[in-house]
Amino acid sequence: MTIVNVLSVVCFIVFGPLIGGLLSGIDRKLSARMQGRIGPSVLQPFYDIKKLLNKQRIDIVDTSMSGLLLSYMILMIMSGAIFFSGSDILMSVFVLSTASTFLYFAAIVTSSPYNSIAASRELVQIMTYEPAVLLACVGFYLVTGTFNVGAISQTDSVLLWQLPGFFIAFVFILTIKMRKSPFDISGGHHAHQELVQGITTEMGARNLAIFHIAEWYENVFLLGFVALFALNKNLWSIPLAVVLVALVFFTEVLIDNVSARMKMKNMLRITWLVTLFAAGLNLLVLMLVH
Amino acid sequence: MPITVFLIVFPFLCAPFIYCIKEPKIRDHIMYAGVALIMAAVFLLAGQWLANGTKVMSYYPETDMIDHIILVVEIGLMCLITFLSFKYRKYWVSLLSIIPTLLIAWFELKGPEMETMNHIYVDHLSILMCLIIGFIGGLIIIYAVGYMYGYHNHHKEYADRRQYFFALLFIFIGAMFGFVLSSNLLWIDLFWEITSVCSFLLIGYTKTEEAVNNSFRALWMNLLGGTVLAFGIVYFGCSVGTVSIHDLVLFGNMQNAAAVIPIACIAFAALTKAAQMPFSTWLMGAMVAPTPSSALLHSATMVKAGIYILLRLAPAMRGTLTGNMVSFVGGFTFFVASILAISQNDGKRVLAFSTISNLGLMVACCGVGMPETIWAAVFLMMFHSISKSLLFQTVGAVENRIGSRDIENMHGLLYRLPSLATFMFIGIAGMFLAPFGMLISKWSALKAAVDDGNILLVLFIAFGSATTGLYWTKWMGKLISRSHRGSAKTDEITQKSQKLSLRVHAGMMIMLCVLLPIISQVFVDPLLIEMFGTYTDVLSLPILIIMVVIFLFIFMVPVVAFTYTRHQESSVKLSYMSGVNVGNNNQFVNSLGHNNKLWLSNLYFTDFIRPERTMKLSQLIASGWILILFCMILGGTIL
Repeated sequence: MTIVNVLSVVCFIVFGPLIGGLLSGIDRKLSARMQGRIGPSVLQPFYDIKKLLNKQRIDIVDTSMSGLLLSYMILMIMSGAIFFSGSDILMSVFVLSTASTFLYFAAIVTSSPYNSIAASRELVQIMTYEPAVLLACVGFYLVTGTFNVGAISQTDSVLLWQLPGFFIAFVFILTIKMRKSPFDISGGHHAHQELVQGITTEMGARNLAIFHIAEWYENVFLLGFVALFALNKNLWSIPLAVVLVALVFFTEVLIDNVSARMKMKNMLRITWLVTLFAAGLNLLVLMLVH
Repeated sequence: MPITVFLIVFPFLCAPFIYCIKEPKIRDHIMYAGVALIMAAVFLLAGQWLANGTKVMSYYPETDMIDHIILVVEIGLMCLITFLSFKYRKYWVSLLSIIPTLLIAWFELKGPEMETMNHIYVDHLSILMCLIIGFIGGLIIIYAVGYMYGYHNHHKEYADRRQYFFALLFIFIGAMFGFVLSSNLLWIDLFWEITSVCSFLLIGYTKTEEAVNNSFRALWMNLLGGTVLAFGIVYFGCSVGTVSIHDLVLFGNMQNAAAVIPIACIAFAALTKAAQMPFSTWLMGAMVAPTPSSALLHSATMVKAGIYILLRLAPAMRGTLTGNMVSFVGGFTFFVASILAISQNDGKRVLAFSTISNLGLMVACCGVGMPETIWAAVFLMMFHSISKSLLFQTVGAVENRIGSRDIENMHGLLYRLPSLATFMFIGIAGMFLAPFGMLISKWSALKAAVDDGNILLVLFIAFGSATTGLYWTKWMGKLISRSHRGSAKTDEITQKSQKLSLRVHAGMMIMLCVLLPIISQVFVDPLLIEMFGTYTDVLSLPILIIMVVIFLFIFMVPVVAFTYTRHQESSVKLSYMSGVNVGNNNQFVNSLGHNNKLWLSNLYFTDFIRPERTMKLSQLIASGWILILFCMILGGTIL
């Protein structure tokens, strides 16, 4: 492991939540502007977290939810760290799915009716997006011959041109991962307030803060994944990656604002079809070429 | 007397003893002693083989006498099957036994002279199988002793034929040892038939109508496999003049035309035994039997016999039509069975579908026939054996305690039966979660499938792992949910022997995860070299070690997180119920103003998946695929 790798891991752990929080603020600002509102300050998510951390701790039944949420956050950081350290991409994806399992556990452990329903939905969402993520890794492997993130980011060409299908499938499931409409099923909320909101229904105060910070880490990790489609050993690929990430992010916000929530089964059906056709066709072509 | 012979013969000798002793105390102790002896013998065999420098050991070139005994036993089995088929009016099933037995008898008595060969063969793969059969199978027998007390306390309606059940378990183990240690295909065929008949008798244990029907379904499917197997063996023997499975693999490796049909036949037989589509229904039906027999069928014996034979043939299947048939059926089964598992709420049915699904992955790996996939298949087999055995045993113990094996009734089991729920949790985690090695095998399988350019298999693995995750995770969620149906502890009356078996299993599971890199280096890599001649690491040692460290870290995270949060002050509130709480978390006020009890259920998607229809459809697809490829293989060889 080189110094660069260690540095990027440290950067991810330290600046990850800052970037994630900022992105969340930008998201809210953008959404507000799209809806013709002024919207909160870009720094609002940080104020929210500060408020949540200062509140009295709340738990249902006992503190097991806190433990599970904390595990969720640590594993999320770990999967991002594996990714940004430039090691195996499959390993980081597997740790990511383990992290999501812990989120499910945290949501279901209380047996709260609303939270349990949202947890089941979260589980279906995990199942829905997983194939596309795995296939994206396979795509990288087919083109570069390695699962190593460091090596994947040091090729000669922009991988996006060879992996358009995988990219489409990945961006498609990103809508689920970032909890955006029309696929924000487990995050569904009635009355846009943070008291009752899908999977976070029973998460209050510090627990909710942990949940949000973990999500920020996750978003940074996922956008890093998107950047991998553009990065190569040339320096000019860095601005290209930034533009690509910004574009994807903006698209997600836009989709969130122009679509209504979908039924779970439709989400599953559509996402799997897109994964199968976009990623599957791409896979077929790549395998025939190689 | 070599230990191998002891391993095969001793369980057969134990069986009549156990059957005859009516005094439970004495019988139990004889069984414990028998199991201990078997385990010691397996240990000794492994030691002897190690002392021999892990070289292949083979014995018994001259076995005329035994060959005749074997023929007599085969004819005896045929008579038994014919008798039972007529007794239960399933006349046609007897044909599936009569035809192959007569064929084999003709071949042995009137057929061409065979080359002399060593009949017993010990190599890495046989040793691994012996360890699995001896230890897991032995532990299941130990568990069965305690379990059958509870079983007959619960089910007074069934006749108590315990000693018969135990005797069958021993015969089963003996037959499995014979199966994995023989290199003569005729011997393999005999042990194949014995396992088929044993599983048939075990499934029919309760003698209810359902049990009889299911047992006959298992019988005819396995006998069909046995018939095709017999044809393959006789064809091979007649065309080449040897019946050694190792020669068969050699011929297959050399692309010799004489080996094509026999390999296809044996692979087909293995598909029936490993309960792949379209033959999966027999394993589903096998659940009517008492749990230890399910545990035995699913983990240490029976289905693993199918995998074992495919592992043997794997190098010869590489890149052939047979390999294509096997890998497609396996991958397809992996995916479809995992979808079907989502729609089940009966614990044992979920386990059965997951067995079929996991076996599918192993079968697919064998069909691809690359060193990487065999590496994955071997590890999958180890993990699957331990975790499935552990899971069946816990489900059985839980059923004896709470009177149900419905996953919905396991809500909050962690608070009612803490130790059993923990074992169950470890077992499930072993099947798919990151700290456990199953994932590493899946990883290697995925990589190899990509290298092989097997696009269908890549898709099956990608989608299949997602569906696999769903049904296991939702089960785990049920276990840990705070119970709203009263969380009072149910007193544990699980027998000591059961607990012992569970503890050893859980210990083995964790050891296997931690020692994975070492096992890979010391055992599995040499196995691959033995099989393929050359071999380069799938995942290099440093990567494996880093992985184990990371996985241990993942294991630590929840522990640390829990100890950290446990003692923090927190204000306990009621859960959110739209403001209609009644003061506890178990009830709410309904629209009539009455208190309603809360009932939380998992998602099963039965209307979406439609299990019956999906099952039929996938059986059709798999049969079609097998039929087409079989015709192509036959046509390509004969024409």
